[in-house]
Amino acid sequence: MRYDAVLAETVGIRGANDDEIEAYTARPMDGGRRAGVVVIHHMPGYDRESKEVVRRFAVWGYNAICVNLYSREAPDADPDDAAAAARASGGVPDERFVGDAAGAVRWLRALPTASGKVGTIGFCSGGRQAFLSALELDVQAAVDCYGAFVVGTPPEGFPLQVQPLADRTAELRAPLLGLFGNEDSYPSPDQVDELEKLLQTHGKTYEFHRYDDAGHAFFSVDRPSYRVAAALDGWQRVQAFFAAHLDGEA
Amino acid sequence: MCTYSTEKIAVTASSGKGPQGWFPLRTATVYYDHPVHAPDEHTVNIDFLNPEEGPAARVAVELSLDSARELLAALQVTVERAQHH
Repeated sequence: MRYDAVLAETVGIRGANDDEIEAYTARPMDGGRRAGVVVIHHMPGYDRESKEVVRRFAVWGYNAICVNLYSREAPDADPDDAAAAARASGGVPDERFVGDAAGAVRWLRALPTASGKVGTIGFCSGGRQAFLSALELDVQAAVDCYGAFVVGTPPEGFPLQVQPLADRTAELRAPLLGLFGNEDSYPSPDQVDELEKLLQTHGKTYEFHRYDDAGHAFFSVDRPSYRVAAALDGWQRVQAFFAAHLDGEA
Repeated sequence: MCTYSTEKIAVTASSGKGPQGWFPLRTATVYYDHPVHAPDEHTVNIDFLNPEEGPAARVAVELSLDSARELLAALQVTVERAQHH
């Protein structure tokens, strides 16, 4: 009988500016050495769905953590209220995100079971932030699930603090997996093409998969955007990608 | 939730009722994006907020596009009538 157990809990970690921020972690309990995964939540926030994803990675054998990126705007708030507060105040500044994600990576590497390798995965706005993490941080793999504004300019009068990252593609430090819906507008298929060309131009290691009959947020099981075929294939791609780049010692 | 497009207005001399009762409103954000609860991929969402009272000081609605159009027309009619009071 295979022992199947994970420990999942809320922890406080040090993020940008050494602030203490809330995070949710799940870790296998078998004591083996393993890589870490930073889950970057979608724009609707640090919600039940994001925590389920963290537990999924622990079941797959990774030490996983998701930082509540809205900890400062809305500590202890309901996730939808926190997301509304963050939206009204202009979203998460990139510099603060990078500091918080760096804190999560440090926390994972300090675990006694850490192999030293860490990957990131983000959904929706977190997809763009996963790309950003691979520009700024020492990570060994990054997964961008339908992140908008890696390429493409936000609309005029746009209140959120988001700028495209395409001009920094040459700085990408980790292999990138991209998963996109062909019916998505943010990012659009044309924008995904543009990003792919940039990755090719700069000789980066990447793997893109695009799904017909899928738009934005096709992994979101509780929303009408859920697409079972895309989600099932997507999870398999993520598992294979992390196995290829995160398994073994650093 | 990635159309990101958001209109934000200041709200004055107005109140809303949230889980903790009535509170003064300060801002409203209006956006077309994925809902948390409504059964559609995108809805017109309005958050009436008072940041001074914390994130829970919020009155939120998620409207289908048809319902949002109806609301817009009703507001138009009501505001025009109010000018004659």
